[in-house]
Amino acid sequence: MGSKLSITLLALAALTTAAQAQDKSQSNTNDIIARGEYLARAGDCTACHTAPEGRLFAGGRAMPTPFGTLYTSNITPDPDTGIGKWSADDFYKTMHSGRFPDGGLIYPAMPFASYTKVTRADSDAIYAYLRAIAPVSQKNKPHELRFPYDNRQLILGWRTLFFTEGEFKPDPKKSAEWNRGAYLVEGLGHCGMCHSPINALGGTSQSDAFKGGLIPMQNWYAPSLTSNREAGLGDWSIKDITDLLQTGVSMRGVVYGPMAEVVHNSLQYLNDEDTRAMAVYLKGIAEGSSPPPAATALPTTETSLLISLGKTVYDRHCASCHGTQGEGKPPHWPPLANNQSIEMQSAVNPIRMVLNGGYPPGTKGNPMPYGMPPFAGLLSDNEIAAVVSYIRTAWGNRGTPVSAREANELRSAPLN
Amino acid sequence: MFARTAASVAVIFTLAVFDGAAAQTANQPPDTMAARVEACTPCHGNKGEGTSDVYFPRLAGKPAGYLYNQLLAFRSGRRKYPPMNYLLEFLPDPYLEAMAEYFAGEHPPLPQPAPSEVSKEVLAQGELLATSGDASRNIPACVSCHGPALAGMQPGIPGLLGLRAAYISAQLGAWRYGTRTAKSPDCMQVVAGHLTEADVTAVAAWLATRPAPANPAPAPKGTYALPFGCGSQPN
Ligand code: HEC
Ligand code: HEC
Ligand code: HEC
Ligand code: HEC
Ligand code: HEC
Repeated sequence: MGSKLSITLLALAALTTAAQAQDKSQSNTNDIIARGEYLARAGDCTACHTAPEGRLFAGGRAMPTPFGTLYTSNITPDPDTGIGKWSADDFYKTMHSGRFPDGGLIYPAMPFASYTKVTRADSDAIYAYLRAIAPVSQKNKPHELRFPYDNRQLILGWRTLFFTEGEFKPDPKKSAEWNRGAYLVEGLGHCGMCHSPINALGGTSQSDAFKGGLIPMQNWYAPSLTSNREAGLGDWSIKDITDLLQTGVSMRGVVYGPMAEVVHNSLQYLNDEDTRAMAVYLKGIAEGSSPPPAATALPTTETSLLISLGKTVYDRHCASCHGTQGEGKPPHWPPLANNQSIEMQSAVNPIRMVLNGGYPPGTKGNPMPYGMPPFAGLLSDNEIAAVVSYIRTAWGNRGTPVSAREANELRSAPLN
Repeated sequence: MFARTAASVAVIFTLAVFDGAAAQTANQPPDTMAARVEACTPCHGNKGEGTSDVYFPRLAGKPAGYLYNQLLAFRSGRRKYPPMNYLLEFLPDPYLEAMAEYFAGEHPPLPQPAPSEVSKEVLAQGELLATSGDASRNIPACVSCHGPALAGMQPGIPGLLGLRAAYISAQLGAWRYGTRTAKSPDCMQVVAGHLTEADVTAVAAWLATRPAPANPAPAPKGTYALPFGCGSQPN
């Protein structure tokens, strides 16, 4: 009797454990999928793999490059047109080595040069998430690349110059937080894809990582993340950096253009710990100030005329939001005094800001951002050059004046 | 009685909140929609009344649902005007809805109708199309959808008054060439597809000469039946 009872009890116990184990593995799978979704956000896969008004991750988004137009792939689990037949190994090979399952070479517009740093476990989680989303039957559009760039063998040359395969290696001399930030920024965040000088081959070299560059085709300047004269965050507080990354606005400045997209699609979804880790790392990689920018090429008399016209334009059109002393009403109306983002050697961004205006991205932390009107239709090239010259040099700002020709050239810059 | 008390309590409460907020936010932009849409008003006017540029449309008083549909279409690039496509790109749905409601709720007076540059005969042809259509060519009367007073209907059909001829003909042209589309079934594409260039000129010119009606508010939803279905006007 006693033994019977204990057997029943045992059996019951076994049953419960089995059920629990099943529950557990189910909840494990769910955890992994949720983690994968989070990591896919951190990697901003949707920015490229979802077309406007298109289905999630069904691809087909056009990516203009100097060599022609690429169309992104369908990465939903559809077996015929997506990656439904891929194994976790196949997927890791793409992320880590930039190769298709059959070994074919992938164009570096897919940021595998950064994703190579992603761990196997994180790659598997993203894979599990992508298996769990709705499959979409949509054939990939063939790329439209000019000769000779349509030959994938050319990618080999690019890889030799710019691609170093390998998972992220933590720096034992730094804190765990710094290393987590580095892993996210250098890996999934693929920040270097924009924030590095881009050479004619469309690559970024390791030694120039995070040194800033003009994004081809878009005509936006992605500032250096290491120089405090650009977007180096050495003298920012951690709170200002996390505010900027998470909400798109901060007491020091705001994001706009392509960076607004990064915050909108990706960074706003990162949790507080990861955001803080990125901030700690970004603050840590800022170098001492680089040498002052080259002196202006404009003659002095012309410059002083420009600046006095600039002040008139500023007081009339800008001071209501940015303040007579460039103090703004931060975070919503950003300060222009002591704002690195307008003092940089490249004046592309402030000129475009004045031409096109803008809204910071709507985020959980800032769902109804304030906006700036475009002035392209209101001000002449000369007035644009004047007001930009003024804000770059007034209130102790250390930028240089710009010419009407520079302003004129950016009128035709693409808006999306 | 209860409502009254509730209202006065609400007022006191609001005042208290406002006081605190004002003290805290002295150095913040006003927490209003008006301040948030300052990026729009150089082109659309402070209250959405339009500006001197004949291609920049009036927004004020149009049905909020219609304005919202347009903002969604500009954000996704389906309706194209690069300066606006750019501004809206990263703004979330509820914010676009709030912007639409803001301009829908503004009621600046309609502008004086502009003197027309076209002949009486052309205006008469425009009036005929707008009020009766042309059954022989499958053209429904514009008033059959846009309403007898041309003031539109909630939630998705805009009024056609207070717009300049240049803007109206540009929009009809955009539908004919497929660069403007609305939710399917896109009834305006059907309508515009039946119009000739001369029809467009005539109807745009006549609409632009119309004086403001006594009540320019859009008719409530379901006031009249449409001759055929429109995706932007769920029934
Ligand atoms: C900057 C744009 C960009 C981002 C961000 C991006 N991709 Fe891609 N991806 C591409 C392009 C372009 C291709 C096509 C490359 C080719 O044809 O060689 C591609 C191809 C792929 C493929 C190969 C699929 C196939 O069948 O062709 C996979 C898998 C993939 N991406 C997954 C991802 C994942 C996962 C992420 C996020 C972690 C991501 N991508 C982020 C641009 C991007
Ligand atoms: C698609 C290209 C692109 C990517 C990817 C990108 N950025 Fe940027 N970033 C820009 C551009 C362009 C600017 C200049 C506009 C601005 O200041 O908002 C910028 C500006 C910045 C600034 C300066 C903001 C200021 O107000 O001074 C910081 C900090 C920054 N990026 C961090 C990052 C980090 C961290 C990542 C990776 C998670 C990243 N960026 C990824 C394009 C990009
Ligand atoms: C209605 C208020 C308003 C007016 C008027 C206005 N701005 Fe702005 N400005 C803003 C807002 C809001 C932003 C942030 C926009 C964004 O993130 O896209 C901004 C951003 C900027 C930036 C980028 C700042 C940064 O942190 O990188 C510059 C430069 C700028 N404005 C210059 C001007 C100039 C010059 C004028 C006058 C010709 C002007 N603004 C008029 C509200 C305004
Ligand atoms: C540079 C000038 C400009 C700015 C700034 C601008 N708009 Fe527009 N807007 C236009 C023009 C021009 C059109 C008509 C475009 C077309 O031809 O289809 C338009 C169309 C619209 C329409 C559709 C109107 C209709 O009756 O169909 C809405 C709604 C609208 N704008 C709202 C806004 C909002 C909200 C903002 C600010 C976030 C804004 N616009 C900023 C110029 C502008
Ligand atoms: C079957 C119903 C229907 C008929 C008939 C119709 N319309 Fe429309 N119209 C609509 C709807 C619905 C919209 C809003 C479409 C959208 O959501 O973009 C619209 C929008 C418009 C607009 C855009 C207004 C703006 O502010 O941009 C113009 C102009 C217009 N119609 C002109 C006309 C003219 C002229 C006629 C007669 C020749 C006409 N319509 C007949 C349903 C109709």
